[in-house]
Amino acid sequence: MSKNKTAGYKGPHGYQKRKEGDGRSCVRYKCGLTNTIQDVLRQRPGWMEVKDDGEWDFNWCDVGWLRENFDHSYMEEHVRICHFRNHYELTRKNLMVKNLKRYRKTLEREAGRIEAAKCDFFPRTFELPSEYHLFVEEFKRSPGSTWIMKPVARSQGKGIFLFQKLKDIMDWKKDGSRSEEQRDETQVESYVAQRYIENPYLISGRKFDLRVYVLVTSYIPLKAWLYRDGFARFSSTRFSLTSIDDQYVHLTNVAVQKTAPDYDPEKGCKWQMQQLRRYLTARHGTETIEALFKDVDNIFVRSLQSVQKVIINDKHCFELYGYDILLDQDLKPWLIEVNASPSLTASSQEDYEMKCCLLEDTLHIVDMEGRLTGREKRVGGYDLMWNDGPVYREDVNLETLGSACFTANTHLGCVNDRKKQLRQLLKPFPGKKRI
Amino acid sequence: MMDEGTELSLTIAQIVQRLKATNLHSQIERQAKECLHRPEIQLESLKEDVRNFLKASGWERKLQNAVYRELHVQPLPRHPAAPPEHAKEPLAYMRKAQVNWEKRILKSLNSMCTELGVPLARKRPAVEQKELTNKWNEMGTDEPDLSRFRPVYAPKDFLEVLISLRNPNHDSSEEASAKSHWGLIQVPLHDRDIPQMREAYSELSLTTGQLGIDDHTHVPPDLFESEHILIGKKVVNEQDSAAAQQYSRQGCPTGLRADLWALVLNSTNEPEDVMHYEQLKAGVIHHDLLVDNLIYKDVKLTASNDDYYFVFEDFLYQVLLCFSRDTAVLEHFSYNSATPPKSYIQGKVGVEEFAVVYPPNGVIPFHGFSMYVAPLCFLYNEPSKLYSVFREMYVRYFFRLHSVSSSTSGIVSLCLQFERLLQTHLPQLFYHLREIGAQPLRIAFKWMVRAFSGYLSTDQLLLLWDRILGYDSLEIVAVLAAAVFAFRAENLMEVTSLTSAEAVLADLSTLKVMPLIQIFLFATVI
Repeated sequence: MSKNKTAGYKGPHGYQKRKEGDGRSCVRYKCGLTNTIQDVLRQRPGWMEVKDDGEWDFNWCDVGWLRENFDHSYMEEHVRICHFRNHYELTRKNLMVKNLKRYRKTLEREAGRIEAAKCDFFPRTFELPSEYHLFVEEFKRSPGSTWIMKPVARSQGKGIFLFQKLKDIMDWKKDGSRSEEQRDETQVESYVAQRYIENPYLISGRKFDLRVYVLVTSYIPLKAWLYRDGFARFSSTRFSLTSIDDQYVHLTNVAVQKTAPDYDPEKGCKWQMQQLRRYLTARHGTETIEALFKDVDNIFVRSLQSVQKVIINDKHCFELYGYDILLDQDLKPWLIEVNASPSLTASSQEDYEMKCCLLEDTLHIVDMEGRLTGREKRVGGYDLMWNDGPVYREDVNLETLGSACFTANTHLGCVNDRKKQLRQLLKPFPGKKRI
Repeated sequence: MMDEGTELSLTIAQIVQRLKATNLHSQIERQAKECLHRPEIQLESLKEDVRNFLKASGWERKLQNAVYRELHVQPLPRHPAAPPEHAKEPLAYMRKAQVNWEKRILKSLNSMCTELGVPLARKRPAVEQKELTNKWNEMGTDEPDLSRFRPVYAPKDFLEVLISLRNPNHDSSEEASAKSHWGLIQVPLHDRDIPQMREAYSELSLTTGQLGIDDHTHVPPDLFESEHILIGKKVVNEQDSAAAQQYSRQGCPTGLRADLWALVLNSTNEPEDVMHYEQLKAGVIHHDLLVDNLIYKDVKLTASNDDYYFVFEDFLYQVLLCFSRDTAVLEHFSYNSATPPKSYIQGKVGVEEFAVVYPPNGVIPFHGFSMYVAPLCFLYNEPSKLYSVFREMYVRYFFRLHSVSSSTSGIVSLCLQFERLLQTHLPQLFYHLREIGAQPLRIAFKWMVRAFSGYLSTDQLLLLWDRILGYDSLEIVAVLAAAVFAFRAENLMEVTSLTSAEAVLADLSTLKVMPLIQIFLFATVI
């Protein structure tokens, strides 16, 4: 059972302690959700659910639980939990934008304009009401433009609407003339106003966005994995700017689409990432689409770097993010938002299987069982995208150092032969006979 | 009998005749005239110089491609004394069966028409025309009441017709024996056995590189894939139809497939093609046809319910509605055993000048027809280009899948080929399935009629269709059907009913077609 004890890894004492404490090599888990993750945890060999106040080694909690309990929980070294304490720096829309803007400024100062331009993957965004005046300046600079208002803290498309006139957002006007009492009384919810992308890439007249999964196991140093599978979510109606009140056209969350009058659950409105990548490659050619996916990689890395110094790094924490990306007609990817709790509820059998594999591989990487060496570049459907620096497919050594051509170790939308890879990679579960 | 020389001259004469009427001819003529101004054209060597110019500027290549295309759609060579029907179908009993089948379809269409009180064709009022023009790009949002319309026929109805085919000259009275045919198709057509196919499909052999096999993740791209892609780019640059066809035999790279298929089919998107499409669109706007409802219904029932093709619903209407009105499609009936349904102006029955073909393109859609178009939406998103490619695919290949003929690419041959391959190489399986009342053809028929569209995953389907284009034949579809049975043989031996056999073969979406075909053709012990 020897394994490499690399820094940051569970030390031998932690492992033995767990064994001694239970008298069996099993992982005690707590799970606050009742969807796919429950099934995956339950089926994992050697994992046992603990109820109520029992001691746990692993916790898949929701953000509410985290908020209430994290600060009061003492976690032993080997314990793992599925969120970072202040993940909202990345996942709340206003904070994400704030952090990105600040990071961009730093980059411009330190590395120049071209480098900073690599952060131009989010549309002009302003927090309201605090940045109302700045917003109005920008709004007036681009007459006739469409903007989208999103509440900072809600999900699943709730509360989102489009507007083209200032009068539609009078409630968020920050007006110095209002008295203190007036302002206190009519406290408005914090929103962000974002420039709406008016030329989204359409397939057969339909708008879609991409859902991509990124697993972060550490912020300092930054270690992030990219999952090969994902999907494109289509809006069930045809795109047109003339009907900005029709939220079914513009919003592609499955949650919203499910309520549209012509939604047919049997139909499904998703394509697997592989299908989308093949379609785009057939339409635009391999080189163009490889460049597109490289730009998409850039979004993940930069967004994580922008919160690197802000997020409270904690070796107990890992987090599975759901990134929402939108493509425009020039094949430029835009970051719409990052979700700390991407939906794990399955919308179809295919979706269920994909999410099971995603979660299984997530647990493989968290590696409570101690089967990994820590030097892997790929685990199942995950490819190591960033490890305190870019990760390349090719082995970087003295011989190859001279060559100019390194490709990033990402395979979004590529073949996911995870079962085969896992068979070769993983030793059997502790307690099971070796083959 | 004609000798080869005469046959060739006849073919050449026919092709020249056909090409003279095309736009390409006038374009080349114009180019030839205009190039006279060029300095390199000398009076002394006029013919040579003009020829060289046309070659260097790519016009010769275009002409070559056009000739190559004509060769694909040539009617069968026949004796000058033979009646014209022989070009459509040489065997009399097949012709008769097709005629009877057509009568049935027409009867069904006419009775639906009378029952529902819907006219075969109707001019749209101005308001409706305007509405349709506005909604042209999103016809899928329309929810017309289609409950009263039924598809005119489904593949299984057609299968019954094929099963009842008999050659009156063939004595099938012998006792059933090991030598007799166990399957449902009981006509003696010639087909190829595996040794012959190994020669014919040599590019698919175990030692030749293939897309669909040798581009797999753990095969280093230097072994085959990179080189193949480079060659593909060259072929596209050269704009050579014949080269593209040969190239497709080993599969088309995803990024080049759209261009390569357009080349193989010589499908252009010149202004006149776009204009032709716009005219068809205008036809759709002006008149409503009964078959339009059949198309709507088919798209809603099949493509819209497919996990991947649902996105392309609007394109399907835009292509199929125009297709129904395209009288250029009527040309293919000279080599199709089918004849377009005709109706006559009142009182002038039988008088050809007063005949009207219905629908204008002579093709009545059946349940699943839209699946011929759906995979193409992956490659082309300009409606006129998509239309042009689909139409060519139809008049070269798809029409053979729903007409009764003796052609080697025809559905009858494919069914027979499938059954014979199974009986020869998997006799135990075939026998078992027969005994439990699960004739293999009853399961495989629906795959073959659609050339597997909607049954395989899209990327696999496109790899299969690469080979259909590459070998200019649908035979590979029958081979794949047999290979699928071979692949699932173990499970099939355990089943005890037709329903459970269907269940074993219900989901083909995870199959990899090229390994299956390759193993079946080249690794089967014979």
